[in-house]
Amino acid sequence: MAGGGHGCCPPMDLMRSEPMQLVQIIVPIESAHLTVSYLGDLGLLQFKDLNADKSPFQRTYANQIKRCGEMARKLRFFREQMTKAGISPSAMSLTQTHIDLDDLEIKLGELEAELIEVNTNSEKLQRTYNELLEYKLVLQKAGEFFYAAQSSATAQQREIEAQQVFDGSLDSPLLLEQESLADPSKQVKLGFVSGLVPKEKSMAFERILFRATRGNMYLKQVAVEDPVTDPVSGEKVAKNVFVVFYSGERAKTKILKICEAFGANRYPFTEDVGKQMQMIDEVSGKISELKTTIDVGLIHRDNILKNIGHQFEQWNHLVRREKSIYHTLNMLSLDVTKKCVVAEGWSPVFATSQVQDALKRATYDSNSQVGSIFQVLYTKESPPTYFQTNKFTSAFQEIVDAYGVAKYQEANPGVYTIITFPFLFAVMFGDWGHGICLLLVTMYFIFREKKLSSQKLGDITEMTFGGRYVIMMMGLFSIYAGLIYNEFFSVPFELFGKSAYACRDPSCSNATTVGLIKVRSTYPFGVDPKWYGSRSELPFLNSLKMKMSILLGVAQMNLGIVLSYFNAKFFKNNLNIWYQFVPQLIFLNSLFGYLSLLIIVKWCTGSKADLYHVMIYMFLSPTDDLGENQLFPGQKTLQLVLLFLALISVPWMLFPKPILLKKQHQERHQGQSYTLLQSTEESLELEQDHSSHGHEEFEFSEVFVHQLIHTIEFVLGAVSNTASYLRLWALSLAHSELSTVFYEKVLLLAWGFNNIIILIVGFIVFVFATVGVLLVMETLSAFLHALRLHWVEFQNKFYEGDGYKFSPFSFALLGEVED
Amino acid sequence: MYGFEALTFNIHGGYLEAIVRGHRSGLLTVADYNNLCQCETLDDIKMHLSATEYGPYLQNEPSPLHTTTIVEKCTLKLVDEYKHMLCQATEPLSTFLEYITYGHMIDNVVLIVTGTLHERDVQELLEKCHPLGMFDSIATLAVAQNMRELYRLVLVDTPLAPYFSECITSEDLDDMNIEIMRNTLYKAYLEDFYKFCQKLGGATAEIMSDLLAFEADRRAVNITINSIGTELTRDDRRKLYSNFGLLYPYGHEELAVCEDIDQVRGVMEKYPPYQSIFAKMSYGESQMLDKAFYEEEVKRLCLAFEQQFHYAVFFAYMRLREQEIRNLMWISECVAQNQKSRIHDSVVYMF
Repeated sequence: MAGGGHGCCPPMDLMRSEPMQLVQIIVPIESAHLTVSYLGDLGLLQFKDLNADKSPFQRTYANQIKRCGEMARKLRFFREQMTKAGISPSAMSLTQTHIDLDDLEIKLGELEAELIEVNTNSEKLQRTYNELLEYKLVLQKAGEFFYAAQSSATAQQREIEAQQVFDGSLDSPLLLEQESLADPSKQVKLGFVSGLVPKEKSMAFERILFRATRGNMYLKQVAVEDPVTDPVSGEKVAKNVFVVFYSGERAKTKILKICEAFGANRYPFTEDVGKQMQMIDEVSGKISELKTTIDVGLIHRDNILKNIGHQFEQWNHLVRREKSIYHTLNMLSLDVTKKCVVAEGWSPVFATSQVQDALKRATYDSNSQVGSIFQVLYTKESPPTYFQTNKFTSAFQEIVDAYGVAKYQEANPGVYTIITFPFLFAVMFGDWGHGICLLLVTMYFIFREKKLSSQKLGDITEMTFGGRYVIMMMGLFSIYAGLIYNEFFSVPFELFGKSAYACRDPSCSNATTVGLIKVRSTYPFGVDPKWYGSRSELPFLNSLKMKMSILLGVAQMNLGIVLSYFNAKFFKNNLNIWYQFVPQLIFLNSLFGYLSLLIIVKWCTGSKADLYHVMIYMFLSPTDDLGENQLFPGQKTLQLVLLFLALISVPWMLFPKPILLKKQHQERHQGQSYTLLQSTEESLELEQDHSSHGHEEFEFSEVFVHQLIHTIEFVLGAVSNTASYLRLWALSLAHSELSTVFYEKVLLLAWGFNNIIILIVGFIVFVFATVGVLLVMETLSAFLHALRLHWVEFQNKFYEGDGYKFSPFSFALLGEVED
Repeated sequence: MYGFEALTFNIHGGYLEAIVRGHRSGLLTVADYNNLCQCETLDDIKMHLSATEYGPYLQNEPSPLHTTTIVEKCTLKLVDEYKHMLCQATEPLSTFLEYITYGHMIDNVVLIVTGTLHERDVQELLEKCHPLGMFDSIATLAVAQNMRELYRLVLVDTPLAPYFSECITSEDLDDMNIEIMRNTLYKAYLEDFYKFCQKLGGATAEIMSDLLAFEADRRAVNITINSIGTELTRDDRRKLYSNFGLLYPYGHEELAVCEDIDQVRGVMEKYPPYQSIFAKMSYGESQMLDKAFYEEEVKRLCLAFEQQFHYAVFFAYMRLREQEIRNLMWISECVAQNQKSRIHDSVVYMF
């Protein structure tokens, strides 16, 4: 492959994406299916769609895809039926008996037909069963109405009679009695309809009935306690039993129509109590009969479904596989003679032998007489980016890819992210107590990895699980940074020996550093515990963390610029080295590199020089004497030189590159027409070598404006990016202050009461605040800030990120996509 | 509130506007239609639609498909989307959304009443009703014998009740009456909707009044053409026109006296927006008028999406989807009946 990846450095697999090649495979049509299947098992070839202009159903294998879709539909139907019946498909059976697709299709068809038949039968039975149940309800409830009505009527009658008897004892006219006795015979015969109506419709039902009969009806409704299964829809609905009394034929037809319109099921009913009882018995008998029939049917259905369940996963897998194979086959172009198909696709160079092996096996297994032809094509197209990651590195690579997928073979920031990302996180999250908590959580995920990865997790858990190794690294680095900051839930410990300071006399309080003297040699690792709780705690830690942030920032930005050098060298772009990398390096280091130098010198010498003053007056009046702010001899001369270099590097970045590009373009243009005359083939290859500028129109103003923007961005960015790294200090400060507040204002306060209950409450509040605010929210915010520092401050120095991911045709990836 | 929509619109309407614009981008494009028109069987159509937003609705249909299944499922999708939006909507958007369905309600009422008149089965009729225009007691319509009963029994509970006030007669229902009732209802509905939109103000009023005016004018033309040669008097005809729109009032006077299609044409050509529609047709032809009107409507509906912060997008989206379903129905019918040469006759492209 082109490029000099094997230079001075040992090979880093993740640094450059895998070298790719565009391969062309010509397969005889009889072994095409098997070839694609083997390549899918291998999963290292990304097919190109050679029929992009054809619509899906015009392609060669549209019919097979339709068949697969149909089978998938049947399988979905089975799955639905199984979940309804509460049968879960058994896990993939290990015995992978070979099933032919055609056989499977027939089998599925038969099973579906059988299942549908069984279902319709049982549905019919179920419907009758539900109707009978409703009938029984109507009989019971309506019977109650009539009974109640009758008893109240007789009671009334008795009352009247009693009255009449009472009246009769006095001198009442006999006529009245006769009249009241004659009443029933004169009565118009009332008809009635009984049935069930859904509860939510009952109000409207009553209203319509009232309107339709102009009030000449009597409706009695009783709610059924338990929801009733509707015979038509098969759903559980709350219903009312109703009885409507009406008079006249016209009213009857109207009421019947209304019942129909409201989906009210009518059932015949007799007034005779004896008959009622008889009917209830009859219905109950029928119900129990039907019940046994239905049960037998259900058992039969369950048996069918269980049989399906045994092989369901296998079938499902097969169908998906076949469908994806035909999809892939559809992307291949059919030869004019229809004897062979041509496939084109990207594959990593290292997979060449594996692909060839797969092709050979396919030819052999399909008993094809002609072998497949495998050849590498040369193209100007940019290949896809493929990194071979493992479970540890993949999460870090994801972080980079979320910003943009690397250009083909561009330096991959993912390599450095593995360390720098958790490290920058830890600078903001430095507390070894919190670090241990993070580590414990992530250790749980890592130890149960196998189990957890096979099951579905919740949204947030899934995310945490996916980033478990990132969190592990973050936890480890937090412990490290926490030890340096000497904070354990904001409490300092004397882990590495005694503090270097002690009180001069017993009267000196903790609250000041004035009375302290140095009694021992410097505290060996991290911040001396004596600083905590002293009056100068904050100024000291702020100064330390601020300076450290700048040092870390300058270091990381320098790394970014150096990576741009490696990129330029890899792509053999000398212009970028001399007119971009060099001036950028000089500019950044002459300003902020110098600042870093001053910080280190100040730390080593213990000088009291004011660095703000030095930096600001370096620009404002560079010739002035430094006075007491001088850190080392010759500083003024150095400053003048650096300032000059910084000023020079700006036009250096800006002007030469576009001008040189223009010149190159003109030269190439002349050269091209010259070589064309000599031999066409060579010139074509030449063109491929200088890939990007081949035919493009060269627009000087555009290139210049682009360079101008780039330069301004870098110069301003150098200042703002350095300032941006101060977030490391700010977040670290916020974190330690918050944890101090929780510790002192909650835990210590509760402790002070000497009351066990208050202590418990205080402890609970402390735990929740620590977990909720510090461990969850602070982790999130520190994570985001670390992310930003990588995406913006680090990657904008070198990373293009305009590539596209390698997505091979692979059966292993199939399941994830479909689910 | 005119001019301040941008400030306050998103408080209640922002989410739904985003939703509806998202739905809009799922409408089939010309490329999709081109592919659909090349289909050989209904299965091909299903296969193509499975790549669009209709996919989940069609994927579980067993293979011998029918045009009705396709249309039913596509409508189901529209109804689901509508219901989702209605659930999320607050006043006055929810009322606005409800207004959109009243047109379907009127059509359903007319469908059931006509069906019962010709003694068709109620269940069968119910299946033909547009699901957007369903209301609880719709099946009870079959009971009614005349308009007064129709009103008193059923419609008094529905939002259509106020529109009915003009057409309560005790006459028995017949085809002519029903058609007049449909148009009277529609007239009242459009006027009410128009008034409601005016009350909302702002961009909604501006765009909706344009869309509704077009609708009203189209109905006026259709009423005129359909009533030529019937016993409908000029005054009755005049009464069916909605009292707004570009043609109101002078155009209506002229339309009311038209006796043949060329006179209608003469009237319409005086109005520049309609000139282009009639310019496409040769004299004496009325077949292509529907399509021309549909095309013009789709054009206007698409333009509604060019402005933000107004409710007309919901109206426009519902109408566009309905047009799309009509298109799909036509294409499916043509494919099913092997009439592929006629496939382009009635398809209205959108984007």
